[in-house]
Amino acid sequence: MTDLSNPIPSNPPRSQCLDVWDQFKSLRGALMGGILFMLIIASVYLGPLFWDIEATHIDIRARNQSPSWAHPFGTDQLGRDMLARMMAGGSTSVSVGLTAMALALVLGSFIGVVAGFFRRLDGPLMRLTDLFLALPLLPLLLVMMLLFREPLNAAFGPEQGIFILIVCAIGITSWMPTARIVRGDVLAIKEREFVMAARSIGTSNSKLITRHILPNVLSPIMVSATLGIATAIITESSLSFLGLGFPPDFPTWGRLLFDATDYLQQHPERVFWPGMAISLTVLSVNYLGDGLRDALDPRIRAR
Amino acid sequence: MLTFTIRRLVLSVPTLLFISLVIFLLLELAPGDPMAQVPLTVPPEVKEKMREALGLGQPAPIRFWKWLVQFFWIEPQLMIDHYFGTTFSQGDLRVISWQTRSPAMDIVIQRMPQTLWVVGTAYVVAIFIALPIGIYSAYRQYSWFDQLGTFVSMVGLSVPPFFSGVLVIVIFSVQLGWFPSIYDTTHVVDSWDSFVHQLRQMIMPVMVLALQITAQLSRFMRASMLDNLNQDYVRTARAKGLSEYVVVMVHVLRNSMIPVVTVIALGIPAIFGGAIITEQVFKVNGIGQLLIGAIQANDLPMVQTLTFIFAILIVLFNLIADVLYGILDPRIRYD
Repeated sequence: MTDLSNPIPSNPPRSQCLDVWDQFKSLRGALMGGILFMLIIASVYLGPLFWDIEATHIDIRARNQSPSWAHPFGTDQLGRDMLARMMAGGSTSVSVGLTAMALALVLGSFIGVVAGFFRRLDGPLMRLTDLFLALPLLPLLLVMMLLFREPLNAAFGPEQGIFILIVCAIGITSWMPTARIVRGDVLAIKEREFVMAARSIGTSNSKLITRHILPNVLSPIMVSATLGIATAIITESSLSFLGLGFPPDFPTWGRLLFDATDYLQQHPERVFWPGMAISLTVLSVNYLGDGLRDALDPRIRAR
Repeated sequence: MLTFTIRRLVLSVPTLLFISLVIFLLLELAPGDPMAQVPLTVPPEVKEKMREALGLGQPAPIRFWKWLVQFFWIEPQLMIDHYFGTTFSQGDLRVISWQTRSPAMDIVIQRMPQTLWVVGTAYVVAIFIALPIGIYSAYRQYSWFDQLGTFVSMVGLSVPPFFSGVLVIVIFSVQLGWFPSIYDTTHVVDSWDSFVHQLRQMIMPVMVLALQITAQLSRFMRASMLDNLNQDYVRTARAKGLSEYVVVMVHVLRNSMIPVVTVIALGIPAIFGGAIITEQVFKVNGIGQLLIGAIQANDLPMVQTLTFIFAILIVLFNLIADVLYGILDPRIRYD
């Protein structure tokens, strides 16, 4: 009784975010992945501020150079600085990854929430998801790139058009896993008491979704967001590698790798830089996603 | 179980019809013209005739129907003719590739063995590597072997095949000169030396593909083993005095294999899609390269046929995975 009558708790209150952060900190792989990903993003977007050689600047006398102090990553067959090209390519690749992930996430969460919340729409929407999962995605992506390149190029210009096309193509073909996970979670949360309580005081459906359901399905959405970045970056690089991505004068990591394979015997390091960049980014994002999944899972956090 | 299988089979028909419609409509929008290669001196009337000969004169629904008939009625007949010497399909029009002006299915069948050899070997190799790794790293969770295995599978998931492929070419064929960098599909195996050459040219593509598949499978195997290792029945088995080997390799493994087997089944069609890039890197003359070539040459019937074959494979193996799951796990009954 004396314990209960003491009104002052011995520990300061802890927010959920703090708990998640504590758990996240203890996962070394996830922390390193997060730091590495931040570093890559910073160097790709902020790097051009410090490295003032243009990615498109052609210095034909300095072509095919090995790494040196003037050109830390060497130069390509037209004498363009590889470091500058790597940063320009990286900013494209990472932007495509982030935007396509955001699109897939919005689509997937929307369909997942609607399918889970409204019983009448559940059947049709999940059949649609199954149909999309049964489509052969990479061939369809290639076909889409082939078909819509010209009209979009005409409408938005070659760079903007292909950016929109790639982002939309990747987004439309990768929302299905998110939708499935979100639907499952929404189905479980919908039956909980707090939702019933909210409904009993007359909360409208849209308020119910935004205030009560969405915050509770945020953790699976965040996990699939991180993993989505990884797949989007790999897909974009594969398209560029197959020659169906961005135009040649507009570098991305996949394109740089594709161009460098022609000079494989003489300059193998040129293949190495973009490949390493793609692999490291995807690796760090994967570790980050795994760590987030563990940190956001209250069952693991309780241990 | 049988009724479930039959119901799923029946349900897969509208799925496939929908997919074929999507593919057809997508290609309907294609800007390419099969007459683009015809010289300008050919008069327009003749061009129109040639277009009609390719079956392009009719409206879209009729062409869709004709394509369905060609794909689902005439091609199976042809297969029966081929095996039993009958003449069901004589005189019927088949899906013609615009690139080679020969039946698309014939080319697919020519290319199939190369893909099956390389991809199939990679899949088998990957299964044999992944399962032991997954079992042992789950059994010794957080040991150095587990840490290493998890890291390697993370790397395998993260390194795209167009980088790992190029990397092994740089290391093993440019620097060391051990293996040829290009897969020679005309190579005939008829003696020991030619067999060794076949092995040498297969090692690199198989290695690259197997790394990816191993990464996925060993993660699944490990997670599934971990789920089962703490179950009550494992404690019971130990309490009965069974040896550790029997507990892990018989009791736990049999139960952990259930989800893994379905993952293996689900992965088979995805390998055909993933092999597009690996085939491109090693110049394997297979299905994936056929698709890329057809897309670049605007050969729509070929693209249509290939994407649809991929779709059939995906639907088929989804069905197989579901049925397998029901057969292997007695707790799951679909009826």
